[in-house]
Amino acid sequence: MEDKLILGGREFSSRFILGSGKYSMNLIEAAVRDAGAEIITLAVRRANTKEQENILDYIPEGVTLLPNTSGARTAEEAVRIARLAREIGCGDFVKIEIMRDTKYLLPDNNETIKATEILANEGFVVLPYMYPDLYAARDFVNAGAAAVMPLAAPIGSNKGLATKEFIQILVDEIDLPVIVDAGIGRPSQACEAMEMGAAAIMANTALATAGDLPMMASAFRYAVEAGRKAYLSGLGRVLTRGASASDPLTGFLRD
Amino acid sequence: MVKVNGEAVENIAGKNVYEYLSESGYEISRVAVEFNGEILPKARYESTLLCDGDCVEIVSFVGGG
Repeated sequence: MEDKLILGGREFSSRFILGSGKYSMNLIEAAVRDAGAEIITLAVRRANTKEQENILDYIPEGVTLLPNTSGARTAEEAVRIARLAREIGCGDFVKIEIMRDTKYLLPDNNETIKATEILANEGFVVLPYMYPDLYAARDFVNAGAAAVMPLAAPIGSNKGLATKEFIQILVDEIDLPVIVDAGIGRPSQACEAMEMGAAAIMANTALATAGDLPMMASAFRYAVEAGRKAYLSGLGRVLTRGASASDPLTGFLRD
Repeated sequence: MVKVNGEAVENIAGKNVYEYLSESGYEISRVAVEFNGEILPKARYESTLLCDGDCVEIVSFVGGG
């Protein structure tokens, strides 16, 4: 059975989106390979002629680029960054990221909804990073988002599924892929989110701060795949109390 | 004086954007340019002359999450 992640009409086999921040560009190729990643996120910044290396030279061909709008504090700033990112000429995917808070780096859902509507109307494939709020998620659907990207925990915290209950509500109620982004620190947490029905996982810091980055990329790959299969297969039930034998209750060697 | 990425740059008025970018060492295929607040398509780099007072932003991709 074909199980594809579909974003903006494009099909992906991998459900693990890789970040490219906070680690050496020399590790990107191995990270992409071992993660099995087909999508990689990037940031947009003022260009610098002093650094001769460009990250695009380190990203394997065929990988879809997902520029983010980090640094944006308003919808207007995010739209500006997204348009510039598209002008570089690597596709029309964009992850909208709008933050006014620098301590917790929490996304501003209202501004993000405004930016989503503008950019979706301009033909972008818009993936908004959001705080997992059901009303906001519905607004993202109406604004034309291709997915929603709720946070699991604050960016870079590696704290795991702090917002688990609310992500589950989005999975149950929203008719778009739910991609859990930010805060996932361990493969087991990625697996759990996938078991809950998340469509994909995005991680950066979990890998960038790991001891062996490509090996952790591989661990995430298998965790995401395991969680997806568990979700598709349908998890077994949990007993409220008591036990349920797995062995026959007849034929015991006793009188 | 032309403002490039927030810094005042002297003696470039009169050059076109393509000349300025290539002479300064920017990789043209890897950047995007905003000229006085508007996106400047690559096809217009050569026909766009820098004048005193212009404001240019040049961006590229970097690692990010």
